[in-house]
Amino acid sequence: MSAAVPTLELEGAASPPRSNGELIFAEPWESRAFGLAVALHSSGTFTWKAFSTELATSIAHWERDHPPGECYSYYSCWLQALEAILERSQIVDRGAVADRVDRLRQRPAGHDHQHP
Amino acid sequence: MAVQTPAYGTMIPQPTEFSPQERTEALEEILTERGLVTSQVLDGLIKTYEQDVGPMNGAKVVAKAWVDPEFHARLLADGTAACAELGYKGTQGEHIIALENSATVHNVVVCTLCSCYPWPLLGLPPSWYKNPAYRARVVREPRTVLAEFGLELGPDVEIRVHDSTSEVRYLVVPERPAGTEKLSEEQLAGLVTRDAMVGIEKVAAGRRR
Repeated sequence: MSAAVPTLELEGAASPPRSNGELIFAEPWESRAFGLAVALHSSGTFTWKAFSTELATSIAHWERDHPPGECYSYYSCWLQALEAILERSQIVDRGAVADRVDRLRQRPAGHDHQHP
Repeated sequence: MAVQTPAYGTMIPQPTEFSPQERTEALEEILTERGLVTSQVLDGLIKTYEQDVGPMNGAKVVAKAWVDPEFHARLLADGTAACAELGYKGTQGEHIIALENSATVHNVVVCTLCSCYPWPLLGLPPSWYKNPAYRARVVREPRTVLAEFGLELGPDVEIRVHDSTSEVRYLVVPERPAGTEKLSEEQLAGLVTRDAMVGIEKVAAGRRR
């Protein structure tokens, strides 16, 4: 078997965090999006009630209207809620996010795999 | 500012042509540059929720209520204050209400709107709790949903479904199983599962988490 095939370690220090055998975050961005909302609430940028309302709106919107066959993703709705509350509070608008993604895409391939 | 901000509670469309990874990374960079978050704070928060906060906190509360009648009374009277005695406080300032199960009443918790959950006690919610099907169906047909989870309740048991909000989170205090009279508080805590504290299973005497 090729050594290049990635395997998911189920036990040990490198294993993904689990609760009752279930992954807490399926992908790294989910934990970052989670942490951003909790951190911004903790520092007083928005109230938890305001964020919960955005999250409920985002989830309800997905449930009413989503592409056929698309699986429900709680953290996608969470991220959408975070973007919405930041836009509504005039802290980060969608144009700034789009510009930043464009810049991030211009990074050379492998930029995040440079080990010291 | 020329941009018209949509009314609160309406949906703001976002640039979905970008992947969630890209959008999250962009947001983190922008917010970090503006001094609203730091990587250290984010890393610490994520580590706490991944490793330190978990259903064990709620299990300790339940076990204490089983062995200490005075704590039991305080927990049911004011869940927020009783959990704070053990050092568990709502990070979002929400109130905690403890619901006691008995031979005739079974409580089960849901958040129909957005998956509110007692994080300080149970950690982060499992995926089934966030699932649209659970959120909709447990309200309409709780007996059937519980049976699908493997919990068959007789017709004489009243099922009460509690809908969490951003202000109120619920902790189910399951029945103490028979045959556990000689166990210590710590051993009892080891029997209490996350799912029992959401109300979709009972605590069994012989099982360890």
